[in-house]
Amino acid sequence: MTAKRIALFGATSAIAAALARIYASEGAELVLIGRSTEALEQLATDLKIRGAADCKTVVTDLGDAGNADNAAGKAWSAAGGLDAAVIAFGALPDQAKAAADSGAMIRAIDVNFTAPAALASALAGRFESAGSGTIVILSSIAGDRGRASNYVYGSAKAGLQAFASGLRHRLYKAKVNVLDVRPGFVISPMTAGLDRSGPLWSRPERVAADIRRAIDAGKGVLYTPWWWFWIMLVIRALPRFVFHRSSL
Amino acid sequence: MSGAGSPSPSPQTVAAWGRLSASTHAILRPSLRADVPAALSRGANRCAVRGLGRSYGDVALNPEGALLDMTGLDRFMAFDPATGELEVEAGVSLGEILAAACRPNDDGSGWFLPVTPGTGYVTVGGAIANDVHGKNHHRAGSFGRYVLGLTVARSNGRIIHCGPDREPGLFSATVGGLGLTGVILAARLQLRRVAGLAVESEHLAFNSLDEFFNLTNGSEADWEYTVGWVDALATGKAAGRGIFSRARHAPNQRAAPPPHLPRLSIPATPPFSLVNRASVRLFNAFYWRSARSARRTEHYARTLYPLDGIGNWNRLYGPRGFFQFQCVVPKNDARAVLGELLGRIAASGEGSMLTVIKTFNDMPSPGLLSFPMPGTTLAVDFANRGEGTRALLADLERLTVEARGRIYPAKDAVMSAETFNAGYGHALAEFRRHMDPGLTSAFARRVGLESAS
Ligand SMILES: Cc1cc2nc3c(=O)[nH]c(=O)nc-3n(C[C@H](O)[C@H](O)[C@H](O)COP(=O)(O)OP(=O)(O)OC[C@H]3O[C@@H](n4cnc5c(N)ncnc54)[C@H](O)[C@@H]3O)c2cc1C
Ligand SMILES: NC(=O)c1ccc[n+]([C@@H]2O[C@H](COP(=O)([O-])OP(=O)(O)OC[C@H]3O[C@@H](n4cnc5c(N)ncnc54)[C@H](OP(=O)(O)O)[C@@H]3O)[C@@H](O)[C@H]2O)c1
Repeated sequence: MTAKRIALFGATSAIAAALARIYASEGAELVLIGRSTEALEQLATDLKIRGAADCKTVVTDLGDAGNADNAAGKAWSAAGGLDAAVIAFGALPDQAKAAADSGAMIRAIDVNFTAPAALASALAGRFESAGSGTIVILSSIAGDRGRASNYVYGSAKAGLQAFASGLRHRLYKAKVNVLDVRPGFVISPMTAGLDRSGPLWSRPERVAADIRRAIDAGKGVLYTPWWWFWIMLVIRALPRFVFHRSSL
Repeated sequence: MSGAGSPSPSPQTVAAWGRLSASTHAILRPSLRADVPAALSRGANRCAVRGLGRSYGDVALNPEGALLDMTGLDRFMAFDPATGELEVEAGVSLGEILAAACRPNDDGSGWFLPVTPGTGYVTVGGAIANDVHGKNHHRAGSFGRYVLGLTVARSNGRIIHCGPDREPGLFSATVGGLGLTGVILAARLQLRRVAGLAVESEHLAFNSLDEFFNLTNGSEADWEYTVGWVDALATGKAAGRGIFSRARHAPNQRAAPPPHLPRLSIPATPPFSLVNRASVRLFNAFYWRSARSARRTEHYARTLYPLDGIGNWNRLYGPRGFFQFQCVVPKNDARAVLGELLGRIAASGEGSMLTVIKTFNDMPSPGLLSFPMPGTTLAVDFANRGEGTRALLADLERLTVEARGRIYPAKDAVMSAETFNAGYGHALAEFRRHMDPGLTSAFARRVGLESAS
């Protein structure tokens, strides 16, 4: 079934905004949650002109897990119930800094695991009672195998993958799906500063279109674009003595 | 999108649409309008501005330097369906405007772009900075005529609102200003009401340039879109043969917005150009025979955006890329000069597939450096074969200057500073007064358009 009421947590994320535009063009009702009033209002105006039937905003700091319950409640009531909730916020920490400074490491794990997991938890009960809907969690291919170059971020995303799997198991009976989205390299503010030429980089619009199809299809895990499924299959299977010599 | 002030630049290889060169740029891609001033003042180095990179040459390139990618500023800001007035950020593409604001009413009517180039994959900022024109130039003039107001960021940190009646000097310089007068953050545009979004079109064969001129002169009153395609390889008696296409919006005929992404895409660059003498000869012969058609009603995308169905078609020209050449020559000698230009092209044997001719009317543009002027424009494309191709381009350039015409910066990769001055000299002194010392481009340096300070 096509989702009609969609909440985007971290709506200003490039991937979430691209997904919101797809739904807006179909006349959906949207709720945008994030921490910057200005950015949310600009996006809401844009989405209404692109066709959204309605677009509400909720300003809160999602990076703080303590706000999860409140944010879930406000988003749920803003649209009078939800067909889909997309948890998109996240941040790519400086790995060297996070490895050297435990405070930085804990903050990275909080924003990439604790806060989104708390939010998914807060949403779960509401979807469970409603007996339908999809919770979309953006993890990452980085969660598939810890690598020297980004294992702090990767481990938080691996935690989210396990969390999504368990939540999906729990909500199966309630006919609620949990979609674990694992994007590859996406051109967005998160990856600004990296060299983004080359065939492995994708645009957020492409990733959003894949997510949209996976929600409709009731998929559990989505690698996007699809080739990352095969790349990660190989990377996970690499014997340690080969893996350790690589500079991934 | 993040409000985190000025993000760090990404080193990235960038090429223009003609793919003649690929070089590293330090890309800054702001996602909020408020981020632009910080991005502009970053470092002492001048930066260039880029939209969707559909210009063929170097107007949006700055090799080894900074490049401001405006495609992250792609939000609609206001739209009044009663008046057709639209305000958008500069990175919104024309295709997105069609999708969001040009949906048909029940009676098939709707708002439409008053002017559009031959592709929907250009940004509003790019359309203004090149003051683009379309197949309806004889009726509508250029894009800049429909700009009601601009928000421009200058490198000194100022944000200026300008329009035809407010800061008109900066406005005239920025329309057609090649990204050198400030960064366009947002634009207010006047859309146009059409009685049907779909178009009625027909394609007629002509056997000579004289026939082309008769057709186009006879069609301009009743047909809003007109253009001629010429078989550039035809010589002797066949010289000047081609297909004349004309179209107009068909009342009450609906057309939903075209798809956002091309259905097909050229996945990789072949090791050599697939556009070569043999394939162009085949294509031209085929097109000359098969393109003519009786009147039919069709989607506007078929008429206006014939190439948008294939993504990255520019890769077909192989690793060396290709040149475009577009000039306009004044009305009086247009026929003779066009004959000369086409004769030179045919004699060179450098085939061109997309050879297009169109008449421009005398609808004035607010833009100081606007390309169109009353006369006839010719656009051609040549696979890059090195010296021979450059020699041909130099000849076409010379013939254009001799005819007191000018060359279109959006398509150009080779014209000299002298040629640029000959074509645009009338407005350069005034233009220089409005140039922003923080902005530059490879094109600006090539044609001697460096600001004073
Ligand atoms: C298939 C095809 C068909 C075409 N048909 C036509 C046609 O029929 N008529 C026509 O006129 N042109 C045509 N063009 C050319 C095209 O319309 C122009 O090159 C247009 O300017 C490209 O817009 P862009 O967003 O890609 O800008 P870019 O090519 O990235 O940049 C173009 C110029 O705009 C400046 N610029 C971009 N954004 C801003 C901003 N926000 N503020 C200030 N300056 C900015 C850049 O510095 C540069 O000088 C065609 C191109 C293609 C590929
Ligand atoms: N880009 C990639 O290559 C990639 C790859 C795999 C997975 N992902 C995942 O996909 C999701 C979306 O990524 P994206 O590329 O679209 O990122 P993005 O455009 O950079 O957006 C990041 C989002 O997270 C929010 N955010 C960041 N730090 C925060 C904090 N400390 N507190 C609260 N909110 C914070 C941002 O809010 P503000 O706008 O207010 O800053 C923004 O909404 C993320 O979970 C990311 O980990 C991305």
